[in-house]
Order: sequence, then structure tokens, then C-alpha cells
Amino acid sequence: MAEIDPTVFNLIVFVLAIFVGYYVVWSVTPALHTPLMSVTNAISSVIIVGALIATGAEGLKAASWFGFVAVVLAAVNIFGGFTVTQRMLGMYRKRD
Amino acid sequence: MSNVVALGYLVAAVCFILALRGLSSPATARRGNLIGIAGMAVAILFTLFTLPHASLGNYLMILIGLALGGATGVVIARRIPMTAMPQLVAGFHSLVGMAAVLVAAAALYNPAEFHITTPAGAIKGASLFEMGLGAIIGAITFSGSVIAFAKLQAVMRSAPILFPQRHLINGAIAAAILLLLVAFIATESALAFWLMALLAFAIGFLLIVPIGGADMPVVISMLNSYSGWAAAGIGFTLQNPALIITGALVGSSGAILSYIMCRAMNRSFVSVILGGFGETASALADTGDRVVRPGSAEDAAFIMKNARSVIIVPGYGMAVAQAQHAVRDLMDELAEEGVDVKFAIHPVAGRMPGHMNVLLAEANVPYDVVFEMEEVNNDFQSADVAYVIGANDITNPAAKEDPQSPIYGMPVLDVDKAKAVFFVKRSMAPGYAGIDNTLFYKDNTMMLFGDAKKMTEEIVRAME
Repeated sequence: MAEIDPTVFNLIVFVLAIFVGYYVVWSVTPALHTPLMSVTNAISSVIIVGALIATGAEGLKAASWFGFVAVVLAAVNIFGGFTVTQRMLGMYRKRD
Repeated sequence: MSNVVALGYLVAAVCFILALRGLSSPATARRGNLIGIAGMAVAILFTLFTLPHASLGNYLMILIGLALGGATGVVIARRIPMTAMPQLVAGFHSLVGMAAVLVAAAALYNPAEFHITTPAGAIKGASLFEMGLGAIIGAITFSGSVIAFAKLQAVMRSAPILFPQRHLINGAIAAAILLLLVAFIATESALAFWLMALLAFAIGFLLIVPIGGADMPVVISMLNSYSGWAAAGIGFTLQNPALIITGALVGSSGAILSYIMCRAMNRSFVSVILGGFGETASALADTGDRVVRPGSAEDAAFIMKNARSVIIVPGYGMAVAQAQHAVRDLMDELAEEGVDVKFAIHPVAGRMPGHMNVLLAEANVPYDVVFEMEEVNNDFQSADVAYVIGANDITNPAAKEDPQSPIYGMPVLDVDKAKAVFFVKRSMAPGYAGIDNTLFYKDNTMMLFGDAKKMTEEIVRAME
């Protein structure tokens, strides 16, 4: 087999992950759909890794500033998203 | 990217999957969220410790960014009232969208750092395509979420705002974006990139402005999905498995929620996105001269007290009136009288998926008395009382009986089957869909005119 482009491997990962997402999300109880949205929000901010790479580059270029602003925005989301999810989930109680 | 870092990202991705998996039950959800936090920490730390060129100055800058954003996020998350959760989520979506645009821009201006250059120094065509796509979806997510936020926060009128020829304009902009994307891939031009982003901002704005308030559950779910696809697009550019997997998870999560919301309104996704629902439907409202039976809090208190079972049906009006705590008091009072109390939740009650469940949880209503539509709909026929508070269209029997009704075919709660119905409402104004609710004129319905919170409090007082 000839050498496979990394993009193709990424595509494979992507498609399989969509299937994982499909089955996992259907198993989420409707009562927790709001926390589902806030936690997916928090985890999609893993985009911060791109922002970190840009900010961590040598010298202070335009890209560093784009990266810096993205770090701030994604951090709001990560810390805010996980905190508000935890707060919400703490409210769900069973009958005592 | 070294293999160790790639494996770190794999760990992060697995943690995120487990975080979502935890949400299958309230009992495991908190632990799931903690696993999600751990995954995020792994992703960030692995990235930080392997930055190839970072000096102390870089780390300082990153630290300031994390502290600034993190502190803001925590303060907002702690202070936000639960009734404002839809706007908070919309606001957070806009940040993911903007971050995607900025990261794409950073990759364009400093491609070497992201290892996406060809040996000749140009950016690879595939990478240009991926970052372009990520930026477009990110920009749409950003401006669309800002409008959704403004509508939910009531900064902006929540009714649909329709421009003339909007489908034509949107189509032209979409075509221009595609042309610019092709130009961007061919020329690597920064100008093409920014023009493309600018037009994508415009289309996000134009897409959401015509969509009315009660369609917000679909809009928020859709933007949730977009924020995932944007992240995945950037993940391809960065060749980062954590980002690709997370993007796919979030993208499919939002898509499933959109589907569930559309199904619960019996509307196609396309018709929601085209917008304008509720403007034309009002012409069909036929109030006629049928009579409604108004009642008082004392009447309701007397009948509920002597009932065996009561089903409470909350809607967006409960959130607006902040009536969830009063409803909880009502539940306690009824339980003391030995009445069986349940809650019935329609999937599109409120302004986002699960909105009512969170509000009831906040008011300490145990989740095992809160039921979804399919679980509880058969119980109405044996219930003595249905107490409808702040809901309207989702209880309208016309959806089952009147083929002429604009909401015909939409699954509704069988509230009319209960022996008695108490319907709390400010006035006789029609609901969001602009359609008259035939439930008002049924013999077993009593209208309780007033504010949802005040009325519920009065009923509780009358029971004591």
C-alpha cells in the first residue's frame, strides 16, 4: 500500500468519532440536555491548543496576538462551561 | 507533533467521551464532568510543555490569557441565574466561534509554527481548505450566537424580523463565500481570508435574525453543532486528534438535539432555518365567540387539594415569571395533602433543550417526579388535575384535532384528557405560534388569569 496522507487518517478518526458521538448523545437523558449543551461547549474549547501554539511561537507577531485573544476567549468557555455544568448538575436530586 | 503528545490528546478525547457518557443519568453526571475537566487539563498541559519555541515571555502571556479568561468564566458561571441559561450557552457558543476564526488566522499568519507548510514554504492546499472552512463555520457560529444571545436577553425583539428578498441575498452571499474560499486556496491571500470571514459573519447574522423566540431551542442546538464542526475544521488544520474527535462529538451532539427539537415541533429543520414562523400563522387565529371559564386561586386550591393526582405542565412562562420556586411550594403543599404530583415536560418547553428540567432542579424538585412527554402522556387520562403554567402551544389539542391548524401534527401533551385543567395565563393573547388554543374553551378547563408566580403563590396560600 502506498503512503497514506495524514489527512486521510484524520478523516478516518473524524468519521468514527461522529459515530461515537451519535451513540453517546442518544443515551443522554433528556432531563440533562441543558448540561449537555454547556459541557459540549466547554469541551469544544479544546480549540485552545491551537491558540496556545500560536501564542507560544517565537517572537511577537500578528499570529501571537490572534492566539492570545483566542486563549482568553477559550479560557472563558472552558472555566465557565465546566463550572456552570457542575453547578447545574449539583442541583439534580432524587426524592429523599 | 511528537507521539507522546498525540497520545496525550487521545487521553483527552477519551475523557471527553466519558464526560458525555456520564450524562446518561443524573447519578453519574457529576463524575463525568470531572473526567471532562481532567481531559481538558491533560490537553492543555501536554500542549504547554511541548511548545517548541516558547520563552518565558510566551509562557507569561499564556498565563495572563488563561487567568483573564478563566476568572471571567468562573465569575459568570457562578453568578448567572438558572433562568438565563439559554443566553449564557448562546454567549459561550459565540466565543468558540470567534476562537476558531482567530486560530485559523493565526495558522495563516504563522504556518511554520503549525507545521502546515510545504518544503517550499507555502501552505499546503488541504490545510488552506481546512482552515478556511473552520473560519467560515466559526464566523457563522459567532455572529449567529450573538444574535441568539441578544434575542434571549431581550436586548433585541425576539419576534422574527424579515428582510425582503432575504433568501436571494443569503444565497448570493453564500456563493461569494465559496468563490472566496476557492480564491483563498489558490492564492493563500490574507485579503481573501478576511473577506470570507466578514461575509460569513454577515450570513450568520442574516440567518438568525428572522428566526423567532420560540424556535430558539433549534437555533441554540444548531449553533452548538456548528461550534463543533468549526473546532473539527481547525483540528484538521492542526492535525490534532483531540480537536478532531471533540469537534465530531460536539457537532453530532448539536445535530441530534436539533433533530429532537424539530421533531417535537413537527417542523423540518429547513423550515426553521428559513425563519419567519409565527408571522403568517396569526392570520389563521379564529377567536370566534366561544366562552372561557375564568376561575380564582381559591377554586384551584380547593379542587387540587381534593384531587388524587395532579400533573404540572411548565413552559417558558414559568421561566419568565421565575415561578419555579412557587411551583415547588405548590408541590410540597399538595404532597402534604397526600396528592400524587408529577411534572410533564415537553421537549420544546422553554428556550433550550432541557430548560425546564434545570429550573425545576434549581427549585429542588426531585428529578424522579419529572417526566418526559412519552413517559407521562398516558397518565393525563387518569389524572384529576392538569396545572398548566406558562405553556401554551405544547398543550393545544388543535394539533391533534384540526388539520387546518398550522401546528397540526405536532406532538402535544394530552392535557385536555385530565378531569380538570387549570391554565395560568396573563391574558387571552395567543401563544407563540399565533394560534388560538382550543383547550381554553373545553368544559373541563378553568382559566386562571394572572402572573404565573403570583397565581401559584395565591393557590399555595389558599391551601394552607
